[in-house]
Amino acid sequence: MPQKQGNVLLLPSQPSIIANAAVVGKVEGEGPLAQEFDFCYPSDTINGMETWEKSESELHRDAVDRAIKKSGVLKKDIDIMFAGDLLNQCIGTTFGIMDFDIPFAGLFGACSTMAMALAMAGVFCDSGAAQYAVASASSHFCSAEKQFRFPLEYGGQRSPTAQRTVTGAGAAVMGAKTNAPFIEAVLFGKVQNYGITDAANMGAAMAPAAASTISDFLRDTNTKPEDYDIILTGDLGSVGSNLLKELLKTKHNFDISAIHNDCGLMIFEQQQDTHAGGSGCGCSASVFNSVILRRLGAGELKKVLLVGTGALMSPTSAQQKSPIPSVAHAVCVCSD
Amino acid sequence: MRTMSKKKQPTPIEKQYDEMTKKASPNSRKFINTLKAFVVGGLICTLGEVLHYLFEKTALSEDEVKALVPITLIVLTAIFTGLGLFGKLARHAGAGTFVPITGFANSIVSPAMEFQSEGRVLGTGAKMFTIAGPVIAYGCGAAVIYGFIYYFFIL
Repeated sequence: MPQKQGNVLLLPSQPSIIANAAVVGKVEGEGPLAQEFDFCYPSDTINGMETWEKSESELHRDAVDRAIKKSGVLKKDIDIMFAGDLLNQCIGTTFGIMDFDIPFAGLFGACSTMAMALAMAGVFCDSGAAQYAVASASSHFCSAEKQFRFPLEYGGQRSPTAQRTVTGAGAAVMGAKTNAPFIEAVLFGKVQNYGITDAANMGAAMAPAAASTISDFLRDTNTKPEDYDIILTGDLGSVGSNLLKELLKTKHNFDISAIHNDCGLMIFEQQQDTHAGGSGCGCSASVFNSVILRRLGAGELKKVLLVGTGALMSPTSAQQKSPIPSVAHAVCVCSD
Repeated sequence: MRTMSKKKQPTPIEKQYDEMTKKASPNSRKFINTLKAFVVGGLICTLGEVLHYLFEKTALSEDEVKALVPITLIVLTAIFTGLGLFGKLARHAGAGTFVPITGFANSIVSPAMEFQSEGRVLGTGAKMFTIAGPVIAYGCGAAVIYGFIYYFFIL
């Protein structure tokens, strides 16, 4: 059963991530992590789907399908699936996974969805509510642009603080403790609002949530930044990462600069003209479910704190000039 | 009761964070952006002049030439938008492609393409003016006001 320590939920049974998979689109496949992904699609039209929304669903389906196949677990033995994406009413997820015949609980945590899904799956497996659970998330550059910003072919310039939504999906199958990596503890974050209204600067909007969750996690578990190989934020990008480090140093007295990394900074290279880095549910989902879990499984990394960061705004709230609240969820994964 | 219409004053924390954010956020490269916009915008306008010169050589009247030049630029923009080239140029040119009539044409063609998947009526038809709509609405409004002024004071 999960044990509460402060707000952190410790998972004493340490559920294992049995298998994981990540699939991405074209630009991500041209990035530095190309070799780590299970499959890089040659275009953002996935398997000939006629709309961007269906392409995202297909991407999501593919990631979950690959993870389940790799795990060797039968679909009928999976008790619950936690998944979500950025599109209205989470259609990116539901239209992709509807043929799986697995009990489904849809999540919305904006770009923090992968960490949130892992945390939910971890708690379910640890409590015995599920023998096997799936956690997954996806995003698609084109469907996100269409919903949140401008049409793809609209000729405009982007702010240097803007980030590029990752076309990608990641999935993990979790079960009782077997082999590394293990989920040790999770923390559901609190919503933070520091009054940022610039939707082209999501990193700045989300950094306070990451700072709050990281400091809460370190305090509640009595650990120090040095105890982790990586504190990995979801998609703060370059602007948000710098703000996070500064906030943690000045407000919370933690220095994480030596061990901090960000999925949004890992997935693209500077020359790819992606401005402040990658973003979207698929960003942390594809990076975590590829290189990070591989290195944890191989024992190269001993302890990683994944901190998924989400900006909880909608096109309507942005048009109404409301500030952008944000949330961050933490999942501590270890290899021994 | 809290009313949402009142604009909330930023708290000290928000103000402090706003300062931090401004410091951490890189600015747009204004000089290089302006230069690119100037060159590309200038080239588009030169193209307009060239078209004007060529059309004048034909049997068309001056009024017809004046209509045909923007029409040609609009059609060219629509084609280049459809080919996916306009967006690539605009990423660099910014205001250079946006300010001439090319920007207006692109702002109608791009959503029309994007929302094709929602059908001709609720997709292309309804969404094609989502960006250009305000320009048309307020442009017509301004024309009406100007018309009144012209009517009462000049005519």
